[in-house]
Amino acid sequence: MKVTKDLVAASATPMVLGILADGESYGYAILRRINELSDGELDWTEGLLYPLLHRLERLGHVEASWQSVAGERRRKYYRITSSGLAELAEQRRQWETVVSTLKEIWPGDVRRLAAIPLEGRA
Amino acid sequence: MTAADNEDELEAQFAQWRQYVQRRPELRQADSEELEDHLRASVDQLVAVGLRADEAFLIAVKRMGGLDDLAREFAREHSERLWKQLVLTGDTDGQGAGTRSRRDLLVMVSCAVGAAVSVKVPELFGMRLDEDGQFYAPNFALFALPWLAAFLAWRRQARPALIGVLLALFGLGAVAANAYPLADDSQSLVLTAIHLPIALWLVVGLAYVADDLRSARRRMDFIRFTGEWFVYFVLIALGGGVLIAFVVGTFEAIGIVPEDFIQQWLVPCGVVASVVVAGWLVEAKQSVVENIAPVLTRLFTPLFTAVLLAFLIALAWTSGGIDVEREALILFDLLLVVVLGLLLYSISARDPLARPGLFDKLQLALVVSALIIDVLVLREITHRITEYGTTPNKAAALGENVILLANLAWSAWLMLGFVRRRTPFAALERWQTGYLPVYAAWSWIVVLVFPPLFGYL
Repeated sequence: MKVTKDLVAASATPMVLGILADGESYGYAILRRINELSDGELDWTEGLLYPLLHRLERLGHVEASWQSVAGERRRKYYRITSSGLAELAEQRRQWETVVSTLKEIWPGDVRRLAAIPLEGRA
Repeated sequence: MTAADNEDELEAQFAQWRQYVQRRPELRQADSEELEDHLRASVDQLVAVGLRADEAFLIAVKRMGGLDDLAREFAREHSERLWKQLVLTGDTDGQGAGTRSRRDLLVMVSCAVGAAVSVKVPELFGMRLDEDGQFYAPNFALFALPWLAAFLAWRRQARPALIGVLLALFGLGAVAANAYPLADDSQSLVLTAIHLPIALWLVVGLAYVADDLRSARRRMDFIRFTGEWFVYFVLIALGGGVLIAFVVGTFEAIGIVPEDFIQQWLVPCGVVASVVVAGWLVEAKQSVVENIAPVLTRLFTPLFTAVLLAFLIALAWTSGGIDVEREALILFDLLLVVVLGLLLYSISARDPLARPGLFDKLQLALVVSALIIDVLVLREITHRITEYGTTPNKAAALGENVILLANLAWSAWLMLGFVRRRTPFAALERWQTGYLPVYAAWSWIVVLVFPPLFGYL
C-alpha cells in the first residue's frame, strides 16, 4: 500500500511537530522515526522533509541550531517553539475531528469496506 | 584495500557530490551541509549493517533521489532564491568576497562624494551654476568621469604608468575645455560640450581595460559596461526625478520653496555622483544580473528595421528629395548612432560560435537600409556645403557621419560574409573593438583642433 502524495503532504506538518515535541532532533533522525512508526509505509523524501523544516523555521514553529557531533561534523538540530506547540495542538484538534468523522462513516473493519464496490457491481 | 583508502575514496565521493549540490542556485551552503550530514548519517547506518563504504554511498545517494526533484522542492519553499539579489556587503557564505565588496563600496562612496564635492568647488571662485553656463557646459564631464576612472583604476590596480596617462588625458581635457577664448554663443562651445564627454568616456575605457590594453575581449567588455552603465544611469535618474518631485511637493506644502537647493545642490551633485554609482553597480552586478542592453537590442532591432524599410519605400514612392537642414543632419547622425548601438549590443551578447540565424539577417537588413538612407543624406549635405561654405557644426556633423558610415559599411560587408558563412563572427567583433580609437581620435580633434581651425567661431 502506498499513501498518496496529498495525504502525505497534509499529514507531514503535524507529524514533524509531534516528533519535535518529544525533544530536539535532526533531519535524518526524523526521517528514520517516521519510517519506523509507519512500518515503512510512509516513505518521505528529503525533498519533502527539509523544505518543510525550513518552512516551519520561517513561520517560527521551530528553531534551528548548528551543533557539532562526533568530531568536526556539524549538524542542524531543530527544536519546537511555543508557537509550534500551539500549532501542534491546533492541528491535533483538526485531525481528531477528521479521524473521528471517518470512523463514524466507516464502522467495522477495512475488509468489509473493500467488498462494497464488488457488491455494487454485481 | 585498507580502511584508510576506503575513507579517502568516500571523502572524494562526498566532495564530488558537494560540488553538484553547490551548483544549484536553489540550494545554499547551509542546505548542502545539512543534506551532506543526512547523507553521511545514511551511509553510516548502511555501513553498520555490513555494507562496504562505496556501496553504502551509492545506495544513500540513490535513496536521496534526483537533485532535480530535490532542488525543485527547495525552490518551492525558497522561491526568492531564484531571484538573484544584489548583495552589497557580502553574504554569509563567502568571507573573502564579502570584505572585497565592502572595500569596493567604501571606495565607490568616496569617489561619489569626491565627484559631488568637486562639482561645487568652482563656486568658491565665484562661479554660479545657473549663470556661468559657458563654464559648466564644457567642464561638466570633468567633474564626474575622472572619479569613475579613479574607481575603476583602483579596482583594476592599474600600473603607475597608466595612471599617469589617465591624469594627463584628463588634464588635456581640462585645457581643451577652458584654454580657448570662446564666446558664450559660439558653436565650438556647444561642440566641445558634446564631444569632450565622449573623449573622456573613452579615457574611462582606458581605465576599464587597465589590465590588458590591447585585448579585444576586454574592449568588448568595456562596450558591455557602457551599455549597462547607461541603463543604470537612466534608472537612477528616474529615481532621482521621483525624489525631486517629493522634495518639491512636501516642502512647498509647509511654505518653503526648495528650488535653489534642488538646482544648486541636488541635481548637479546627484548627477555626478550617480555617474560613479552606476559604474560601481555595473561592476558589482555584472555576474549577478542578466545584461539588459542586449535585451533592449533584441526588442528594438526588428522595429527599427521595419521603420527604416518603410521610410525607404515611402521615399521612393514620393520620389521627393530629403530636406536637409542642420537639424536633419544631426537627426540622421543620431539614427546611425542608434543603428550602430543596436549592432554593437547584439554583438556584445552573441555567442561567437553560434551559427548565423534569422536575427543576423534582420540585422544585416537594418544596417543596409540605414546605409542607403545615409548615402542619400550625405549626397544632399555635400552639395549644400560646397554651395554655402562650412561651419564648425556642419563639419563636425559631416565628420561623424563619415566615420559612422565607414564603420557600418565595413560591418555590413563582414555581416554579409558571416551570413553566407565566409567570415567568422570574430572578424566583426574585432572590427568593432578596433574602431573604438577612431571615435576617441575624432572627439579629441573636434575638441582640440576645431576651435582654432574655425577661428573660435
